[in-house]
Amino acid sequence: MNNPVTAIPIIVAVLLGIFSFAAVLVWAERRLLGIWQDRYGPNRVGPLGVGQILVDVVKLFIKEDWTPPFADRIPFIIAPCIILVVSLLGFAVIPVAPGATISDLNIGLLFVLAISSLGVYSIMLGGYASNNKYSLLGGLRSAAQMISYEVFMGLSVMGVVMLSGSFKLGEIVEAQQSMWFVVPQFLGFLIFMIAGIAETHRLPFDLPEAEHELVAGFHTEYSGMKFGMFMVGEYVGMVLVSSMIVTLFFGGWLGPFLPPFVWFSVKVLAFIGLFILLRAAIPRPRYDQLMAFGWKVMLPLSLLNLAVTGGVWLWLHA
Amino acid sequence: MSEEVLSDQSAAQQAFVRLATAKASGGRARANHEKWIAQPLIAELLQRFGAAVFVAQLTVDDIPTVWVQRKDVLDVLSFFCKEISSSFSMLYDLTVIDERLRKHRELQPPSDFTVVYTLLSVERNQFLRIKIPLQAEDAVTPSVVRLWKNANWYEREAWDMFGVRFEGHPNLRRILLPPTWQGHALRKDHPARATEMDPFSLSAERQDAEQEALRFNPEDWGMQPAHDDTDFMFLNLGPNHPSVHGVFRVVLQLDGEEIVEAVPDIGYHHRGAEKMGERQSWHSYIPYTDRIDYLGGVMNNLPYVLAVEKLAGIEVPERVKVIRIMLVELFRIASHLVFYGTFSQDIGQMSPVFYMFVDREKVFHIIEAISGGRMHPSWFRIGGVAHDLPKGWDRMVREFLDYMPPRLQHYDKMVMRNSIIRQRTRGIGSISTEEALEWGASGAMLRATGLNWDVRKKQPYSGYDQFEFDVPLGVNGDCYDRCSVRVEEMRQSLRIISQCLENMPEGPYKAKHKLTTPPPKERTMLDIETLIQHFTTVSWGPVIPAGEVCIPIEATKGMNSYYLVSDGNTMAYRTRIRTPSFAHLQMIPTMSRGLMIADLIAIIASIDFVMADVDR
Repeated sequence: MNNPVTAIPIIVAVLLGIFSFAAVLVWAERRLLGIWQDRYGPNRVGPLGVGQILVDVVKLFIKEDWTPPFADRIPFIIAPCIILVVSLLGFAVIPVAPGATISDLNIGLLFVLAISSLGVYSIMLGGYASNNKYSLLGGLRSAAQMISYEVFMGLSVMGVVMLSGSFKLGEIVEAQQSMWFVVPQFLGFLIFMIAGIAETHRLPFDLPEAEHELVAGFHTEYSGMKFGMFMVGEYVGMVLVSSMIVTLFFGGWLGPFLPPFVWFSVKVLAFIGLFILLRAAIPRPRYDQLMAFGWKVMLPLSLLNLAVTGGVWLWLHA
Repeated sequence: MSEEVLSDQSAAQQAFVRLATAKASGGRARANHEKWIAQPLIAELLQRFGAAVFVAQLTVDDIPTVWVQRKDVLDVLSFFCKEISSSFSMLYDLTVIDERLRKHRELQPPSDFTVVYTLLSVERNQFLRIKIPLQAEDAVTPSVVRLWKNANWYEREAWDMFGVRFEGHPNLRRILLPPTWQGHALRKDHPARATEMDPFSLSAERQDAEQEALRFNPEDWGMQPAHDDTDFMFLNLGPNHPSVHGVFRVVLQLDGEEIVEAVPDIGYHHRGAEKMGERQSWHSYIPYTDRIDYLGGVMNNLPYVLAVEKLAGIEVPERVKVIRIMLVELFRIASHLVFYGTFSQDIGQMSPVFYMFVDREKVFHIIEAISGGRMHPSWFRIGGVAHDLPKGWDRMVREFLDYMPPRLQHYDKMVMRNSIIRQRTRGIGSISTEEALEWGASGAMLRATGLNWDVRKKQPYSGYDQFEFDVPLGVNGDCYDRCSVRVEEMRQSLRIISQCLENMPEGPYKAKHKLTTPPPKERTMLDIETLIQHFTTVSWGPVIPAGEVCIPIEATKGMNSYYLVSDGNTMAYRTRIRTPSFAHLQMIPTMSRGLMIADLIAIIASIDFVMADVDR
């Protein structure tokens, strides 16, 4: 455990890092989608349109902070805060470089899983408090989706825990010195990634907001910075999931020549790029198909993965 | 009913019988009668009902037209719908003509309002028109909803626009105009312009009343608020919603996310296009047609100019026919590309729509080079097209023909073979051929069910019989098949365009006919008669001979036609626009019951409608 005084600079650095990451991401996503879709994307403000980030933030901040009169006021305001807070809390245990962790908890992995589960409250509350039928449907979808996908999200990483013998993220990274866990745990990696995308509500798992069905789903009634918090929450969540994938399966900060932090960032960026590519490429399954896929395909697969990993581990070590 | 009305009625009836029995008297009437009786369809009718109840009418489009009295109409219609072999299983159109100001009505029974049923038998490949004369004081006729399901909306429209009541209709409410509208807009005594009415003002009371009239009450929509111990949720999808493709509203009765009932509500895009047809010259109405199916561009001009040319007796040169076909097929591709992109987008695939809009832009480049316009070139003219093809058109078209096929192949991989798209659209919203016919579906909606019905093949117009192309068919009539039929249609359109390119005939781009508009100008400075002719045709517009005509074409979204009634004037007496989208939207409840919201979106996307085409 770090002592509080030395932790503060790390906290500040991590927070700043995440926010600038998320902000750049909003721009990068739009530019990348533009390139992949034969169009420009935002390219007017500043070089390559990077200034768009700033303009967007200013716009969100100076927009009227509007709460619809029919909404349930307090939960309506709390909901966007929750998602931002829990997404940020997850980073408390992510090791971006050796020793550069706000708090390398013994149960770091469980902490991330637990914290990210809390995110569902934000969306359910937002959907419920908006007092709008589209939002309600979005909230319901989200609840069902998060609960189902969390089950095997947790199961899929147990293989990693077995191999490394620790819940501590730092130790998990250290355990990958000889080989990244993506090799022995390829299935686990796939399952975790799919569940991770579902957790962040990115296409093809964006059913809670499914623009073409539910207008904007759970955040239909939100505008201004409250909407902005949902959006930042989603992007921070994306960074978190990418960081987790990198930490658990791709050796975290490990890599030759370059400093550990750079390696970590490069890997995280690669996964974020993959997420954006998925968004550009894949259509959205139907709600019941998504559920069926989760329970009938992903859950048995993750159980199988768990059993096989456990069996092999025992066979090797017994 | 007053005594006077009664005697009026019986006078009308007597006149009807007189007409029916005196068919063989006069010279013209006899010729008329003989031509009429020679049609095998009429022979069957005579055999079944006898001669006394009918009056024939010859129209220039050669669609057999029969007048029937109101008391016989149900018998006659159910004979055609059910009893006759190869029955008329589709109610192609149902409309009304306000005859009160019409002058040229020789040999037609007297009537104030005429209800016109246009039926189609796909087995016989034949249209049939049945008319009922009604008097203004007694504008009531039996509903035919029990015979053809799609009569429901058509009769509501007729009520809305003409005030003709249909007895036995389950839900005879206004459909296009708001519930508070005063009068019936397509009646001749209803003002057509704002300047003919008092200035509009909206007092606070009136605003309240208007808003109150829009209050949602499930029972009004034929829905139950609760069933057993379940309360249903009502979801108002539209009129503004990302996936309803315009201003279209569907009221959903939901049990969870499952659709118990879906009731479409249309009329938000109604612009009175038919009314405008009655005050625009024949020529100046062409731009209005472009905006009916606003993705179809000159595809809309075609049925209109074909109908006017038929009335005027204009034969257009070969070059005109081929130019028209080429442009129309380019627009078919453009429209299908928009469909293709938005279809995949509505299923959640983000990118294809952008690629397809790029391709559509290439089509527009060609259209722009040829006509100067893009989406609405209004480029066809009565008796020809606006200009000859520009130099270098062939190079542009050839480039496009080389460019497009690989793109389509690419999209096959991206969209049609995508497993999620397949999962989302296969078996969703499927209809059988019988259902499609009884709902009046046409175009890809009908062909996706496996029925080979393409007007370009069955009743070729504008020279389509000279072209080689296939009619792609589906099997299951579901969303996936509807999409794949359209995708294949784009390939066939490319085939047609390449034949246009290789075989473009030389010759004039306008017919040499006095009613061609704008008229040929070569001789205007040589003799006074042509100068006068030119002057009047340009300043007042052409005078099209009296008559009735309707030429259905295979438009981008299905069968489209303009039923034109001319009273020998510079304007149409009645312009009826039969659009495919109107019929298709009516099928939404049938297709979506028991499915989920996401399926409804896929179904709406697969119909490929344009709200302007629905509401007109």
